[in-house]
Amino acid sequence: MLRASLREVSAALKEGHVTPTELCQRCLALIKSTKFVNAYITVVEETALKQAEESEKRYRTGQPLGVLDGIPIAVKDNFSTAGIETTCASEMLKGYIPPYSATVVQKLLDQGAVLLGKTNLDEFAMGSGSTDGVFGPVRNPWSYSRQYKEKSVPKSHPEDEDSNWVIAGGSSGGSAAAVSSFTCFAALGSDTGGSTRNPAAHCGVVGLKPTYGLISRHGLIPLVNSMDVPGILTRCVDDAAVVLGSLAGHDPKDSTTIQDNFKPFELPNLIDVSKLSIGIPKEYHAPGLSSEILALWSKAADLFKNAGANVIEVSLPHTHYSIVCYHVLCTAEVASNMARFDGLEYGHRSDMNKSTESMYAATRREGFNDVVRGRILSGNYFLLKQNYENYFVKAQKVRRLIANDFMKVFRSGVDILLTPTTLSDAVPYIEFIKEDNRTRSAQDDILTQAANMAGLPAISVPTALSERGLPIGLQFIGRSFQENQLLTVARWFEKQVKFPMIELEEVKRHDHGVFQHQKSASFS
Amino acid sequence: MVAAVRGCGGVWRRVWQCGAGGSASLGQCAAASSARGAVAPAGKSGLAPWVPVVGLEIHAQISSNSKLFSGSQVQFAAPPNSVVSFFDASLPGTLPVINRRCVEAAVMTGLALNCSINKRSLFDRKHYFYADLPAGYQITQQRVPIAVNGTLSYSLCTDHKMSQMVTKTVRIKQIQLEQDSGKSLHDDSRSQTLVDLNRAGVGLMEVVMEPDMCCGKEAAAAVRELQLILQTLGSSHAVMAEGQLRVDANVSVHHPGEPYGVRTEVKNINSLRFLAKAVDYEIQRQIEELENGGTILNETRAFDSKLGCTVPMRDKEGKQDYRFMPEPNLPPLILYDTKSLPANINHQQVVNIDRIHERLPDLPSVKRAKLVEQYGILPEHSFTLLNEDGLTEFFESVVKRTQMKPKKVIGWILNDLLSYLNQHSLTVKESPVNSSMLADLLNLLEKKEISSTAAKQVLGELWKGEGKTPLEIVKEKKLELIQDQEALEQICQAVIDGQKNEVMAIKAGNHKVLNKLIGLVQRKTQGRSNPVLVKQLLEKKLLD
Repeated sequence: MLRASLREVSAALKEGHVTPTELCQRCLALIKSTKFVNAYITVVEETALKQAEESEKRYRTGQPLGVLDGIPIAVKDNFSTAGIETTCASEMLKGYIPPYSATVVQKLLDQGAVLLGKTNLDEFAMGSGSTDGVFGPVRNPWSYSRQYKEKSVPKSHPEDEDSNWVIAGGSSGGSAAAVSSFTCFAALGSDTGGSTRNPAAHCGVVGLKPTYGLISRHGLIPLVNSMDVPGILTRCVDDAAVVLGSLAGHDPKDSTTIQDNFKPFELPNLIDVSKLSIGIPKEYHAPGLSSEILALWSKAADLFKNAGANVIEVSLPHTHYSIVCYHVLCTAEVASNMARFDGLEYGHRSDMNKSTESMYAATRREGFNDVVRGRILSGNYFLLKQNYENYFVKAQKVRRLIANDFMKVFRSGVDILLTPTTLSDAVPYIEFIKEDNRTRSAQDDILTQAANMAGLPAISVPTALSERGLPIGLQFIGRSFQENQLLTVARWFEKQVKFPMIELEEVKRHDHGVFQHQKSASFS
Repeated sequence: MVAAVRGCGGVWRRVWQCGAGGSASLGQCAAASSARGAVAPAGKSGLAPWVPVVGLEIHAQISSNSKLFSGSQVQFAAPPNSVVSFFDASLPGTLPVINRRCVEAAVMTGLALNCSINKRSLFDRKHYFYADLPAGYQITQQRVPIAVNGTLSYSLCTDHKMSQMVTKTVRIKQIQLEQDSGKSLHDDSRSQTLVDLNRAGVGLMEVVMEPDMCCGKEAAAAVRELQLILQTLGSSHAVMAEGQLRVDANVSVHHPGEPYGVRTEVKNINSLRFLAKAVDYEIQRQIEELENGGTILNETRAFDSKLGCTVPMRDKEGKQDYRFMPEPNLPPLILYDTKSLPANINHQQVVNIDRIHERLPDLPSVKRAKLVEQYGILPEHSFTLLNEDGLTEFFESVVKRTQMKPKKVIGWILNDLLSYLNQHSLTVKESPVNSSMLADLLNLLEKKEISSTAAKQVLGELWKGEGKTPLEIVKEKKLELIQDQEALEQICQAVIDGQKNEVMAIKAGNHKVLNKLIGLVQRKTQGRSNPVLVKQLLEKKLLD
C-alpha cells in the first residue's frame, strides 16, 4: 500500500479501502523504522494525526478536498511551516518556529494533505550530498536495498555494511529519501542548481524543477532568489503533475510569480512521440560522465528515435561557463541573504555581549558551518565596489548567454532536451566526504545548473539501475512554462524504461496490507 | 563663535569680512564676486576667496497607510514594535511586494519637481549591519531610480526686512524609493540597545539635490520649498520634528576656478534653522581648517544643536562598502503613460504617469502667483502666507467676509495675527481668533464704527478667547467712535481752549502742532474719535 502512487492511494482513500489515519499511522511507523536513513529532521506525529483525522471526517461525509486530501507528505526543512520548527539544518535556526507557512505548504495543507514532517538537507541547501547539515548526513535508502546489497556489499564482512552506504544526493536528499523509502507519497524540495533533480536521480524518484516564477517562493528560505524554485519529488511523473497542479500559479506574496492563473492538467495516456524533436546537447557529455550513464543516455535517445522522434545533437556552447558563473551569482546572493541572520530577531544568538558587532560576529561564526561562511565571504568579495563589474556583472552577462543558448535551441524547433542528471550513480559517503563541498557541488551541479540559470523547467526521471544496483536518472529540460509538454514526454519515457522498484526489507515488514496485489502492478 | 552669513549667493571670507554686504547674485553662486570692503585674509590663501558648495540629500517619509513593501501600517508614535510585519522583521522566506501608493507618491513628487520619470526603474540592496536594519540590507534604487533630472525653484530674501526676494534654482539629481530603517535606542548605563521596528520598511523618497547651493540660508530655503511642495501634494507630511523629513548636507569649499574641495556630510539636522546653522558652521570650519594649513577629511559629521557645531560621527568612520546588488525579489518597476498603456490591462494594477500629472494640485509657486494677482498683495507676503500652514486659507476666508481691501487685510494677518501666534508658539489652527471673528472686527473698522486703535484693543480682548464677539467687546468697553458730531465738536473746543500756545503756533503756520491736538482729542475720547474727522473739525475751528 505504501508503495502505491499518489493517484492510486488517493483512489483507495476515496473508495474507503484505507483511511487517512491508517495511512498516516503506517507512514509514521515506517519513518520510525527507517530512522537510520535520517531523512527527517522533525516529525510532527501529533499534528499529522490530527490532520489525518480531519481528512477522515471529510471522506466520511463524502467531501474530500481533492486528490491530495489525506495524502501524507513531507517538506524540506527550508520551507517555513507555521508552528513547526524550521531549521535549514543549521545551528543558526535550531529552535526557530516560524509564525507563518510558505505559500506552497499552505496550499498543500489547504487541499487536505497531511504533513508528516520536515526533511533533512545540506545546511541552507548549500550542497549536493545532503551530508553537510547539522543533523548529520542523509543515507540513501538504496544503500539498504536488496538490489545494492547483492551487488556491492562484500558478503563476508557484514560489519562493513555500514561503511558502504551511499549518499542521497542533495541538497533535498531528505525529501528524496523520504519518497524513495515510502514514508510519504510526495515531498517538497527546493532547486537552485539541481538540488531537487540530483537527489531524485540518486534515490530513484522523480524530481521536478518547474519554471522559475510558476510556483511561489514565499516562505522558502532562500539560497539564490533568482534561481530558487520549489521542487517536487514523487514516485512517478503523474504524481508530480498532480502536485504541480496544486501548487502552481500567481501568489500576491511573491512578485516574481506569473500573473496568470495556472490551469492544472492531466497527462494524456497516449502520445505521439514521432512529432517531437528531442535535442541532445553535446556539452552535457561532460568530463567525468560515467560510461554507464553515457550508454544509458544514448539508449534513451535511441528509444525516442525508434519511436519516430526527431533526435538531434544540439549545442549549448556556454554550458562550460555555468559553474564559475553560478559560483559568483550564488555566493553573492548568499552573502546578501544571510545578512539577516544576526541573532537579533530570531535564531541563534551568541552569549558574546561586549558590543553589538562582537555579538554579530560570534553569532554568525557559531551559527553557520564552514560552507555557508565560505560562500558569504566570497560573495561579499564579489560585491565589493572594485569587484562588482568584473565579477557580478560579468557573471550576469554570462548567465544571459547561457539562457540565450537554450532560447536559440528551442527556437530552432527542438521541443525537449534530454541529458543525464548526474555524472555517476551515488557514491559511498566515505568517498564523498573526501572532497570539499565546493568541489563536489561544482562537479555535481554541472548537468543541472544551467536550467536554473535560464529558469527553465526540468525533470529527472529514474531510468535504470547501475552496475552497483543504484538508480540512474535522466533529465528532460523543456521550454519556459511548458510543463505540460515536458511532463507528457517524461511520462512516456517513464513508461518505456520500467524502472525497478526499490526492495527494502524494512518496508516489506511494514507494508502488509490491503493492496498487496497492486504492488507489482504499478512498476516493475 | 564664528558666523559669517552675509546675504547669499556670494563668496565667503573669514569671519572679519562679513561686512561685505549682500551682493546677491542671481542663479549660481558666482565665484568671482567682488569682495568690496573686505579685509585681506591672513594665511596662505592670500586674497583668493572661498566658494562654498552645498548639496543636499533629503529623505521624505511617504505618507501612506502601509509600508513600502509590506502590509503593516504606518503609524507615528505607535507602541514599540506594534506595527511590524513578518517581512519588516526580516523573517526568513518573506518577500517584498511593492505598495502602489508609494510609487504614485514618488511619481507625483517627481513630476512636481520637473523630473523625468523613468518608466522602468530598478531596486537594489544596500548592505550594512545595524541593529535597526533587520535584513542586513536596505532596499533602495541605486542604479535606475524612479525619477531623475529635475529642478526646484525657491526664493529667499536678501535682507532682513524681507523686501528683496531672489529666486534660485537647484537641480534635482534623482528621486529614489527606499525603505526606512527601524530605530535604535542605546541605553548606555545598562549597555543595551533597544530596537523598535515600527519605522522599519516605511516608504521613503530620497531626493538628491545637486551642489547648487552655497550657504545655509539657501539650503534652508530650498528645503522649505520642497517641504511645501510635498505637503501640497500630500506625498509626505514632511514634518522635520517628527522625522518625516530628514536632511543630510554635503558641504565643501574651494577657490574660484579650482575643482571642488573634499566634502563632508553633515547629518543629524532636525530643523530648518539648524540646517542653516549646520551648513554655515561647516563652511566656516572648513575655511578655517584650510586656511590654517589643515585638510578636510571625507567624513560624516553630526550637527550638535546645543553646541551649534558639527562633530565627526564615530560609528561612521572609514568608508563603508555597501556591496550593492540588484534586489532579486522585485521585478523592474514598470510605469505607463496613456500612450504606452497596454489595452487589456487592469487599471488597478498599473500606474499611469499621465493620470497623475493631470491630477497634480497647484504647487506653491503657482498658488503664490495667484495670490499676488488676485489680491494685489506683495510677492513676499504671498511667501509668508504659504509658509504658515493654514494661513492662506485664513487670509482668504477673512477677505471673503469683509469689505476691507485685501491689501489692508494682509497687514492685519501678518502684523497682528501672525506675530501674536509666533509669540505664543501657536499654529494658525490653534489661533484663539478665527477668521470670522477677525472679519467681523475688520468690518467694524471698515465701517468706521471703531478706530484702528480701538480695533487693536478689541483684538487684544479677543485673544483671551472668552467667546465674546468683537461687537460685544466694543459695546462692553464702549469703544464705538463718537458718532455725535456736536459732542465731538465740544471736546475739540475744550482741547483748543486748554492749549493756547499750541493754537498760537498753528495759527502762526506751524501745522504740525495740529497732530498734538488730535492726539489730545483721541486721549480725551479714549480713542473713540475718528482722527480724520477730528482733524477736519480742528482745522475748521483754527484755520478757517
